[in-house]
Amino acid sequence: MNGPTPEVSIQIDDFCPEKEYAALRDSGAGTGAIVTFTGLVRDSGDLTGVTGLFLEHYPGMTEQIINDLIAQAAERWDLRKARVIHRVGRLTLQDQIVFVGIASAHRSDAFAACQFIMDALKTSAPFWKKELTESGEHWVEQKASDRQQSAQWQADHDQP
Amino acid sequence: MSNNTITVRFFARLREELATDMLTLEPTPGLTAGQLLAQLAAKGGAWRQLNGDQPVMIAINQTMAKASHPVHGGDEIAFFPPVTGG
Repeated sequence: MNGPTPEVSIQIDDFCPEKEYAALRDSGAGTGAIVTFTGLVRDSGDLTGVTGLFLEHYPGMTEQIINDLIAQAAERWDLRKARVIHRVGRLTLQDQIVFVGIASAHRSDAFAACQFIMDALKTSAPFWKKELTESGEHWVEQKASDRQQSAQWQADHDQP
Repeated sequence: MSNNTITVRFFARLREELATDMLTLEPTPGLTAGQLLAQLAAKGGAWRQLNGDQPVMIAINQTMAKASHPVHGGDEIAFFPPVTGG
């Protein structure tokens, strides 16, 4: 197989991880491992007492950047299939926000590609999160820890 | 849009605080993205936050760009806060 078919969806609607898993499983007899990640809205972030999130994105650029991340992952690891879904708009507690699924020949590649895409997405894809609470709203600040985690993948890659 | 104008887009906190999601203007020859930010900051009020004190990310035609990058007629320039998805 000639690498994965990049598949990226930015959507308001919820998604079904079971369906996505089934699609990842349908990636040929060479697939030996599937790793999926699902991110949820939780009740604390920059603020406590978070009741929901508002997510904004830059249409067009976001899809292009995530497609590039999948292509980078395909150069570093064995990828049979990749799927990224990110929701936008208004979300409430425990809603699903983001899904990253990777089908690979081997578990180490599937784990690494999934975490790389998730880490890099957080610091490079143009999404912005606003936390909503009973007492007001707050645009989330980018975290130094997220920048470090994303930079580490580049450092690992640059090592001889 | 005429070929002499650029589209400038703002997102998230900047879009809200500037009360502007898009504007069009005619760039002077040789204008860079950083000089455009300085021109906008000179409008005063909420626009002063574009003066370089806070990190502002720049995209030109939907690709991340540096402040030294020149802008040309027909370009789409976007300014936004550091991203926070995932």
